[in-house]
Amino acid sequence: MILTLSFVLIGLAVFFSLLRLLKGPTSFDRLLATDTITLITTALLALMAVSFSRVIYMDVALVYAVIGFAGVVVIARYLEGGL
Amino acid sequence: MAIAGNILILIGSLFLFLGSLGIFRMPDVYNRLQAGTKATTLGAMSLILGIGFLNNEFLVKSIVLIIFIVLTNPVSSSTIARASHKSGVPLTDKSIIDVCRDDIRKEEV
Amino acid sequence: MKNFKGFIVFLIVVALTWLLLTGTFNKDDLLIGGSALILIAILFYRYSDLYRAVKITPKIVFYYPLYLVVFLIELLKANIDVALRVVNPALPINPGIVAVKTSLKDPLSKLILANSITLTPGTLTVDVKDDTLFIHWIDVKGKDIESATKAISSKFEKILKEIVK
Repeated sequence: MILTLSFVLIGLAVFFSLLRLLKGPTSFDRLLATDTITLITTALLALMAVSFSRVIYMDVALVYAVIGFAGVVVIARYLEGGL
Repeated sequence: MAIAGNILILIGSLFLFLGSLGIFRMPDVYNRLQAGTKATTLGAMSLILGIGFLNNEFLVKSIVLIIFIVLTNPVSSSTIARASHKSGVPLTDKSIIDVCRDDIRKEEV
Repeated sequence: MKNFKGFIVFLIVVALTWLLLTGTFNKDDLLIGGSALILIAILFYRYSDLYRAVKITPKIVFYYPLYLVVFLIELLKANIDVALRVVNPALPINPGIVAVKTSLKDPLSKLILANSITLTPGTLTVDVKDDTLFIHWIDVKGKDIESATKAISSKFEKILKEIVK
């Protein structure tokens, strides 16, 4: 019951971030929305780990957090102009 | 333990939702970063800690994940803020002061 | 070995990460972890300079938990503050960018301070130049450097001075 409610709230969170991703107006807004979606997806993967009782999803979440962080920082440095 | 875990998960997903609502509602990129960073960091921390409480098998890994999120999430949002400030994204009209912009003007002159 | 202390702290951090990730004390796991540790130590020796700033004194037993508690309380306050601002239909914000002076010298200490400021109520680090931090403040209360420093960073800086250089 609680887990279902959490899934619904997380779905709404992804929805609002996607709206910001589509709306813009600058590329930094889109990057910020991407960063937030990365974090929400990490939390979602951890939630899936507990609701399916599979430990492996925790490792997936960890790797996803690392790669998402690296990607966001690299794109931000690129937009700044000094990679 | 299970009840505490459920409460933490619910609080966490509520904060994730509020954070992305803040991203949608705030007027400029810096205020969006404010809402986005803080609320989603605490939301993810609380949700993942709740998962650790719910199933003790996951506790150690969830603590590693929490430490990683606390260390990296402020860094990425600071990088975005710096990049947008250097590219000259303006602050919203409601803003009352910008020390950094004056500095940049002095350097250019 | 001029930065021997930094190298040791670096090794401890990497070893602790491995132990937490595997979560076992098996002979095989420890063997693989040990060889990976040696490889990482050889490859990333030149970056271990960063950890030089960490102080190792008896005092840190008291100051690390204190810093953690202060940080967590500020994080909770920050989130309630942001949540109240977001759900309020009038969106009460009064933003601006202010400058803050810090007396911390080392890059690692400045990184910790900037991260802490980002996660505390209404403030976000925009840029760091030498000893000045530029901070976006969602509700500006003082425009000059002294009052901003007092309101934003002094709380953390007092404790951070005991932990790092």
